[in-house]
Amino acid sequence: MFVLVALLAPLLAPYDPNEGELGQRLKPPSAEHWLGTDALGRDILSRVIYGAQVSLQIQLVAVLIALVLGTLLGMFGGYYGGVTDNLIMRFMDILLAFPGIFLAIAIIAVLGPGLLNLMLAAGIYSVPQFARIVRGSILSLKEKEFVEAARAAGESDAAILFRYLLPNSMAPIIIQTTLRMATVLLTASGLSFLGLGVQPPRAEWGAMLSTARPYLITAPHVATFPGLAIMLVVMGFNLFGDGLRDSLDPRLKD
Amino acid sequence: MSALLLEVEGLTKHFAVTRGMAREKVFVRAVDGVDFAIARGETLGLVGESGCGKTTVGRLILRLIEPTGGAVRFDGRELTALDRKRLQPLRRSFQIIFQDPFASLNPRMTVSEIVGRPMEIHGLTRRAERDEKVGELLAAVGLRREQLARYPHEFSGGQRQRIGIARALATRPQLVVADEPTSALDVSVQAQILNLMKDLQGRFGLTYLFISHNIGVIRHISDRVAVMYLGKIVEMAGKGALFSKPLHPYTQALLAAVPSLDPRRRQEEVLLEGDVPSPVNPPPGCRFHTRCRFALPRCSREEPEFRPRADGRWVACHLY
Repeated sequence: MFVLVALLAPLLAPYDPNEGELGQRLKPPSAEHWLGTDALGRDILSRVIYGAQVSLQIQLVAVLIALVLGTLLGMFGGYYGGVTDNLIMRFMDILLAFPGIFLAIAIIAVLGPGLLNLMLAAGIYSVPQFARIVRGSILSLKEKEFVEAARAAGESDAAILFRYLLPNSMAPIIIQTTLRMATVLLTASGLSFLGLGVQPPRAEWGAMLSTARPYLITAPHVATFPGLAIMLVVMGFNLFGDGLRDSLDPRLKD
Repeated sequence: MSALLLEVEGLTKHFAVTRGMAREKVFVRAVDGVDFAIARGETLGLVGESGCGKTTVGRLILRLIEPTGGAVRFDGRELTALDRKRLQPLRRSFQIIFQDPFASLNPRMTVSEIVGRPMEIHGLTRRAERDEKVGELLAAVGLRREQLARYPHEFSGGQRQRIGIARALATRPQLVVADEPTSALDVSVQAQILNLMKDLQGRFGLTYLFISHNIGVIRHISDRVAVMYLGKIVEMAGKGALFSKPLHPYTQALLAAVPSLDPRRRQEEVLLEGDVPSPVNPPPGCRFHTRCRFALPRCSREEPEFRPRADGRWVACHLY
């Protein structure tokens, strides 16, 4: 649903998200503007719809970065063990030791604000989650007899990793991916709210919240709707992740 | 080409484990100087209690784990000295059948991939002919050719073990290490698998190292039997000789523990007392002296040598 809205944004949005009518500033929800208008007279419904596009983009890219890096690091750490594993996992621990948003702010402080850097920051701070989950799964899988059988047959390490271990750890990876989507959206919105992420005038839910802050008392709808959108999508991904976990775990079936 | 396909000399594996708060490093002597040889076409049964190191011996021979010491010669070639690269092409000649048919097949691969991969790795088939060759193997192990596109979870335990056997045979090996291949199966299926293995031995000219704790199974399939206790082989002899007149006191106790179906047969009661000592600190002298009813004073001081007797049997005991 959320993905659909993001893809069809240009068709669904009744107004241009960045074009305001100054005469229509801070109007409450009405027939022409279903969710009202903001401080510059821009249609909030349109901005929320276009915001979905930006959010989706951030989520996909950031989670993809985390997924690829984290999975590779976790695989090598778990499979080879020893010094490799220690190096990788201690580095992950360093990343985990920072509170997520603080780490992301630090990364943006180095790279500078902007959409791309926001995606990088949100991605990097999600890497340890993937690395840990994949490593754990590899650690338990590599003791299985089918891996020994592969070794006895003369499979190379790379083949064992990608043909035997990775396909068998897909379930936790997929679940983590959907759950991370929610976290990344929250982080990205938070960073944009602080002015470190998406720059105006682009519609992004966190940035919209930020600009709505001064009018919280006089025009509460301006802040309410982007906030609601964030909440619904985060909840949606969490529920989706939980559902996916239940349906992928054979022990929970029936 | 020598008559002996596999020679094992002084094979040793000590696992390092850290113990307790002090992180004290100790060694578990899982396998501690094992010698035996298997002739081409023969089945050597390796029998012993759980934890005596018999599974480790199988893994060491295939270099699935690295030995601490000793030598493994396969067809006259020293395997323990080879690096991974030079070992890889030789792997096709020795394969393994595992105990647990549920853990030994990759759940994300089809039967065709599971059995076909070893052939592809060793360049024995092209993609186009793979299904054909896998189909032949499936037929040889008593499965249907049409089943090659299925996944392991669609099969029963016995069928899965047949797939495991087909995979082991895929590279046309000379030696197959069978690590308790029947102990995870129902009794009725056990017999089928054993008979299948016997049948395949003749058809493919296989040599087996058959590892089991089940004396009945060992008796059924082996030509010669080696008895292991606490990381060492204590007795090795032809099947007939070993079962009719066991020499080592441990073998005697082991055989006496097998229940007899004949109520009139009076069995000599040989009960072992106490537990198997820890492989971290094996007892000095003969490892079995703590539980042996014939123990002599010298058994606790001197370790008996494992050596051949005039009749060709090997035994490690001061009584002989």
